Amino acid sequence: MKKHSVVELQKIANQIRQDIITMLAKAGSGHPGGALGMADIFATLYFNILNHTPNHPTNPIRDRLVLSNGHICPVLYSALARAGYFPLVKLKSLRKINSPLQGHPDVNTLPGVETSSGPLGQGISQAVGMALAAKLDHKNHHVFCITSDGEHDEGQVWEAIMTANKYKLDNLINIVDLNGIQIDGYTKDIMPLESLEKKYLAFGWRVLKMDGHNLKQIINTLNKAKNTKNKATVVLAKTTMGKGVKFMENKYTWHGKAPKAKEAEQALNQLKNAI
Amino acid sequence: MLSRNVYDNVKLKSTRDGFGEALLELGKKNKDIVVVSADLAESTRIDKFAKKYPNRFFEVGVAEQNAMGIAAGLALSDKIPYVASFAVFSPGRNWDQLRISVALSQANVKIASSHAGLSVGPDGASHQALEDIAIVRTLPNMTVVVPCDYTQTKKATLESAKIKGPVYLRLGRPASPIITTKSSAFKIGVADVLLKGSDITIVACGPILYEALLAAKELQKRKIKAEVINLHTIKPLDKTTILRSVKKTKKLITVEDHQVAGGMGSAIVEMLAENYPVPTQMIGVRDSFGESGEPQELWDKYGLSHPHIIEAALKLIKKKI
Repeated sequence: MKKHSVVELQKIANQIRQDIITMLAKAGSGHPGGALGMADIFATLYFNILNHTPNHPTNPIRDRLVLSNGHICPVLYSALARAGYFPLVKLKSLRKINSPLQGHPDVNTLPGVETSSGPLGQGISQAVGMALAAKLDHKNHHVFCITSDGEHDEGQVWEAIMTANKYKLDNLINIVDLNGIQIDGYTKDIMPLESLEKKYLAFGWRVLKMDGHNLKQIINTLNKAKNTKNKATVVLAKTTMGKGVKFMENKYTWHGKAPKAKEAEQALNQLKNAI
Repeated sequence: MLSRNVYDNVKLKSTRDGFGEALLELGKKNKDIVVVSADLAESTRIDKFAKKYPNRFFEVGVAEQNAMGIAAGLALSDKIPYVASFAVFSPGRNWDQLRISVALSQANVKIASSHAGLSVGPDGASHQALEDIAIVRTLPNMTVVVPCDYTQTKKATLESAKIKGPVYLRLGRPASPIITTKSSAFKIGVADVLLKGSDITIVACGPILYEALLAAKELQKRKIKAEVINLHTIKPLDKTTILRSVKKTKKLITVEDHQVAGGMGSAIVEMLAENYPVPTQMIGVRDSFGESGEPQELWDKYGLSHPHIIEAALKLIKKKI
C-alpha cells in the first residue's frame, strides 16, 4: 500500500475520528475515548507503516496488527474500511444484530481483524505466538500489538513480555496507548504502573517513546522500531483520551459511553472545523 | 474391540504416555506441529518432542494463560500447536484464554491436559481436576476427547491433528489398563460399544472405563447383561449409539472420574432428557474435592469403583444386593 504523507494522514485521522463519533452515536453504546485517542496512530499504521494488502487480507507475508484492548475497535474498523478491507457503509452497523462489526473484534466476521479480543491482556500473548511463527518460517513481516496502559494490570501481559525477551522477538512491536485513564478512573489511582519505561527495560525490551498525536514522530518512531535487532520493542505512546473532541478530552467518563445525538453533532462540528 | 487379556494380566500404561509417543510421531509427519509447554514437559510427556524438535518447542514457564494465548497466535499463523499442562491449570487457570483466544477465534489449538481426575492420587485435591470436562464442553467450537487407555490416546492424538479447530484431550497420570487394541477402530465422535448387552447400558470415559468392564463381568455372573459403551468423545456427542443402546436396555449408568455436575454423564442426560429419558444412575464425584490417596483407594472412597457401579446397576434393575 502507498505510504501517505503527513498532510494526507492528518485528513485520514480526522476522518477516522468523525467515523468513530458517527458510529458510536448510531450504536448508542461503545468506547469513544480510547478510540479517538488512537486515531493518529491507526491512520499512520494503516496508511504508512503496515505492509498489507486490503484486497488479500490473509496474505501470509502481511504485517499483523493485533488489537489487544478490543474495546477501542471503532478506530480499527474505521481504519480498515478506509483502507479498503470492506465497504464504508458497513460502519453504520456497529454493534447491531447480524453485523460483522461486533462490539469487540471477532476474527471470523470481519476481514483485516487478526484476533478476537475484548478481555484484556490476551492480545500480547497472541502477538508473541504470531512472532514466533514468523521466526520459525523465516518470514520477515512484523507483528504490531496495540495494548492500553490499564491493560498492564493483567499479569498475563507480563508473562508475554518475558517470553518476547526470551525468544528475542525483534519482529514484535508493542504500542502502548499511554493515556493515563482506565474505566474507573486515572491509572495512577486505580493501579500505579509507572515507570513502564523502567519496567520494560528491566524485562529486556527496547523502549521508544513518542507523542501519539505527532504524525511525523509516529512515522519515525515506528520505522525505528521496525529496525530493532535481537529484542522486542515497546513504543510508549503518550496520547490524550478523547483527542479531537474538546469535551471528551482526558475525561474518564468518556471511556465507555457513546455520545448522544446532540453531543455527536457538536463533536462532528469540532472535527470538521479542525481540518 | 476389547483387548483379549483385558480381564487377566491386563497390561498397564498411562494415557499421557500414549499422548507423548503420538506427538513425536505427529512431529515427524508434519512440520507445522508445534508444542507450547508451561514447565511440565516431563510430566505431560512432551519432553521427547522437545528433544527431537527443539525449534518447534516453546517453553513459556509457569504461565498457562500466556501459553494458551501464544498457542492461539501460532494457530492464527497456520501452525498446529499442542498446549500441554495439568488439567487443573489448563483449562483450570486459563479458561478465559481458551474461551476468547481459542474457542471464539476457532483457533486450531489442541489442549492436552494430564493429571485429570481423582486418579492423580497422592498430590491431593488441589491437583485433581474434576471440573475440566464441564468447563470445556460448554465452550462453543470445542471438541472434547477423553481416551480410555494408552492405545486409544495415541489414536486420539493423531486424529486430533486432522480436526481443524480446538480439541481438548483429557489425560491421566497413572499407568492404567490397556483396554483396546492397536487394530480397534477409532473415530472422534463415534462411541465404541465394547460389550454388547440388553439389560442395562453403562457409559464411561477415560481410564475409569475399566471399572465399568469389571462391573459388567460381575453382573454377567448374576445373569445381567450390561452393554458397555466407551464414550471417548464427549463433544460432539454420539447420540445415535447412545440412543440405540438405551432404547434397548431402558436403563443407564454413567461413569466418570469427574464431578457428576457438568461432566460426561450430564452431557448424556441432557440429550436423553429431550429425546428418550430412561432411569439413570450417575457415577462420579458428588460436589466434593478429592484428597490424597492411591487412585483405587480414592475411587473406592468417592463411590466410583466397580462395586459402586454394580450397586447402581442392581438398584436400577430393582434387585436387592
